[in-house]
Amino acid sequence: MKFDTPATTNPIDQLKIVGKPVDRIDGPLKTTGTASYAYERHDVAANPAYGHILGSAIAKGRIASIDTREAIAAPGVLAVVTAQNAGALMKGDFNTAKLLAGPEVQHYHQAVALVVAETFEQARAAAGLIKVDYTRADGAYDLEKAKSSATKPKDMDGDAPDSKVGDFASAFAAAPVQIDATYHTPDVSHAMMEPHASIAAWKGDELSLWTSNQMIDWGRGDVAKTLGIPKDKVHLSSPYIGGGFGGKLFVRSDAILAALGARAAKRPVKVALQRALVANNTTHRPATIQRVRIGASRDGKITAIAHENWSGDLPGGGPDSSVQQTRMLYAAPNRMTATRLAVLDLPESNAMRAPGEATGHMALEVAMDEMAEKLGMDPVQFRILNDSQVVPDDNGKTDRPFSQRQLVECLRQGADTFGWTGRNAKPAQRREGDWLIGMGVASAYRGAPTQKSGARVRLDGSGMVTVETDMTDIGTGSYTIIAQTAAEMMGVPLDKVVVKLGDTAYPVSAGSGGQWGAASSTAGVYAACTKLREAVATKLGFSTADVTFADGKVSSAGRSVALGEAAGPGGLVAEDTMEFGDLSEKYQHSTFGAHFVEVAVDMHTCEVRLRRMLAVCAAGRILNPKSARSQVIGAMTMGAGAALMEELAVDNRFGFFVNHDLAGYEVPVHADIPHQDVVFLDETDPTVSPMKAKGVGELGICGVAAAVANAIYNATGVRVREYPITLDKLISQMPALV
Amino acid sequence: MASELEITRRGVLAGGAATAAMATTNPARAQMTNQTTPPPTVPVTLDVNGTSHTLNLDTRTSLLDALREHIKLTGTKKGCDQGQCGACTVLVDGKRINSCLTLAVMQQGKRIQTVEGLGTPDSLHPMQAAFVKHDGYQCGYCTPGQICSAVAVIAEIRAGIPSHVTPDLTAKPQLADAEIRERMSGNICRCGAYSNIVEAITEVAGAKA
Repeated sequence: MKFDTPATTNPIDQLKIVGKPVDRIDGPLKTTGTASYAYERHDVAANPAYGHILGSAIAKGRIASIDTREAIAAPGVLAVVTAQNAGALMKGDFNTAKLLAGPEVQHYHQAVALVVAETFEQARAAAGLIKVDYTRADGAYDLEKAKSSATKPKDMDGDAPDSKVGDFASAFAAAPVQIDATYHTPDVSHAMMEPHASIAAWKGDELSLWTSNQMIDWGRGDVAKTLGIPKDKVHLSSPYIGGGFGGKLFVRSDAILAALGARAAKRPVKVALQRALVANNTTHRPATIQRVRIGASRDGKITAIAHENWSGDLPGGGPDSSVQQTRMLYAAPNRMTATRLAVLDLPESNAMRAPGEATGHMALEVAMDEMAEKLGMDPVQFRILNDSQVVPDDNGKTDRPFSQRQLVECLRQGADTFGWTGRNAKPAQRREGDWLIGMGVASAYRGAPTQKSGARVRLDGSGMVTVETDMTDIGTGSYTIIAQTAAEMMGVPLDKVVVKLGDTAYPVSAGSGGQWGAASSTAGVYAACTKLREAVATKLGFSTADVTFADGKVSSAGRSVALGEAAGPGGLVAEDTMEFGDLSEKYQHSTFGAHFVEVAVDMHTCEVRLRRMLAVCAAGRILNPKSARSQVIGAMTMGAGAALMEELAVDNRFGFFVNHDLAGYEVPVHADIPHQDVVFLDETDPTVSPMKAKGVGELGICGVAAAVANAIYNATGVRVREYPITLDKLISQMPALV
Repeated sequence: MASELEITRRGVLAGGAATAAMATTNPARAQMTNQTTPPPTVPVTLDVNGTSHTLNLDTRTSLLDALREHIKLTGTKKGCDQGQCGACTVLVDGKRINSCLTLAVMQQGKRIQTVEGLGTPDSLHPMQAAFVKHDGYQCGYCTPGQICSAVAVIAEIRAGIPSHVTPDLTAKPQLADAEIRERMSGNICRCGAYSNIVEAITEVAGAKA
């Protein structure tokens, strides 16, 4: 099915099941420990051996020699895989660095060997017996130092790295009120709870991988390419994924080394990254240096805005697209953005939840707060005054409309709900005991892309509907919204739908990334269900014009047949793929929101406590308000981490992230997060898909950290432009104790 | 200071055998050198969810790996294997522990309860049902640990055990949000379901009150 004209009324609009806050259908499995994740598939691979990865002890250089004799002789060891015996390995299309080092080492903890043994304990012990002699080379690890050598990258997530409208320099120079500030965001880690894990088994020349991967078809392609085997000889299965956030978009060393280990040991092999390897062996969100300049008239109209970003990556890698939202959020006749990329020899930078916008808002939305204060304006009003209903910076065009844009409504409703009028515009005025109290706001912007997505739907003789698609559920709620979509389309209750996900045996879907999963994958299910409805009607000789599917029956012209009976004992199957036309070029598809945060800062210690958090989101039709709300509160939590604690500490001498476990790399815990409120504005967007829905999982993180930073400023009068905002950065500038 | 460290470390990296020690974080390394005989195994009987399991285990096997790899009860999750995340939380004689931080051989004769022992998909424990109702999970990987911890937290508060945030150590701690959040802070949820988890626990605690 091709979606190239805006949707009119369709069966989804009945909203009998879609749009309802139903419990997740996978809930009983996940809460009882009976949902099996990659490493736990005792059902699929009998008698697996255990693999243990050894990571490189240097960041850059060569392996001069590697002695595995002692490891091979150790009890239980079946094989040791290194680059010397692994055979030729290609680099996957989605990888920047190779997944097995040797002789060249590209980053710290890059895998150098896999030990395969009868037991986990034996593999782990034997990995400690491998002797590696490295020759270290000098590398670049410090973004600040490498900044001056940064160059303009080929592209920025498919967009031009630089943009320009009007004459920024002149307009900024002429602006009566100006701000020019530079912000730093650190390297951060996905730190999903399930480390990357895979079980591999060969049957002849066919490889099966039970793995933890967000993008099944990308993964299949890259496993095939890396190993040099045909794509159709690779099978992937990821029905449950213990968190991804972008860290499992790509094939990683666990999958490739499990495959190589299984080939060497002639046994199924299971491999999980040890937690201490995750931060340096896999990808991370890169650090940024961002300069934002805003010029405005005295009445608060922005006349000039500029956003420049510097980040680093390994050779061949890409930049962080932190300037994206600055092309979208506020009107200004004169503007520019620029993206520069330095070569760093740290582990591979790549996508993490809302890549670009997550860091970009941390600079832009603080700059907006700083500017509002300079203008003596309320920060909510300042944002509303500079709203734009067309894309402000669109490759030279300035007339492309947003399909929907309720940023102003998000800000207004959020301010009302949160009690924004209670905020004192002057910082450090509100005190409760030892605590200084402040409020902060930030806008939220994230694109609403769609991707081609397929599904197969089966109807059996008992009236059960089974959906198969390689879409993944990484905690996002895909199982449930896909079931809701199929139930609505086929006119059956939710418990008559079975959803099977994350397997190369199923039609290729959009996968989980870029906030496109919900809208795209359900549209694919819509297309397949439309075909199945036609097949049912045709089989019964019903006119497709007036046929209805409701209450488990299909009806037309006074005739009504139970669905199971209509399908017959042989059942019916339909498969289709939703393809998207050029509506996303005619209209800018985006999601908007506003974040409001109240903090308390201890006057003596500068400890920051979050007291209240509210997000107001406009993101198309909300397919399931319960799971969508969870997406947003989860993103708000990750945003709180970015504001207050998350930072991969770089050892600039030896080139690695020092705090590479969950004790050193701090993420928010229960005690850090207050009750969170989320409001979804009523919105349907017929130009996006027949579902009229968009994503929310990335919108939710955009702007949160800035709202926290702005609240801390409002509480204390201390402006910290270097994240995370830890107490050591506040304490020397705190107001005098009275 | 920095240059001293650098020199020391370059020296370490230049050495052959020492490099292997750098290249791994394995604490078992020292005792494993030149080991060619199989490690000792011992028979262990574990009482898990009321069922007795007799296993022959490598003495290095953690309770977590005994559960997941030998008894094949994979509801208990391995998130870090070093006591930092709480995903492996189980109840031993009614008290919660990180099962990655104890050896299986140390748990013989104890009553071990895992998430599978609390309830089943068709017959959920009230805490499991509350997590479903309040959407107190997303990816589901930390969830069994959160649920086991939550059950234990209510018991700890009822038993009068104070926490870091208990205002009066001589008074009975209350089932307040702050108490629940403090006591649950050893269970990390990277999906960020905390707000919903606290609601689920509060509901179950209130129903029992």
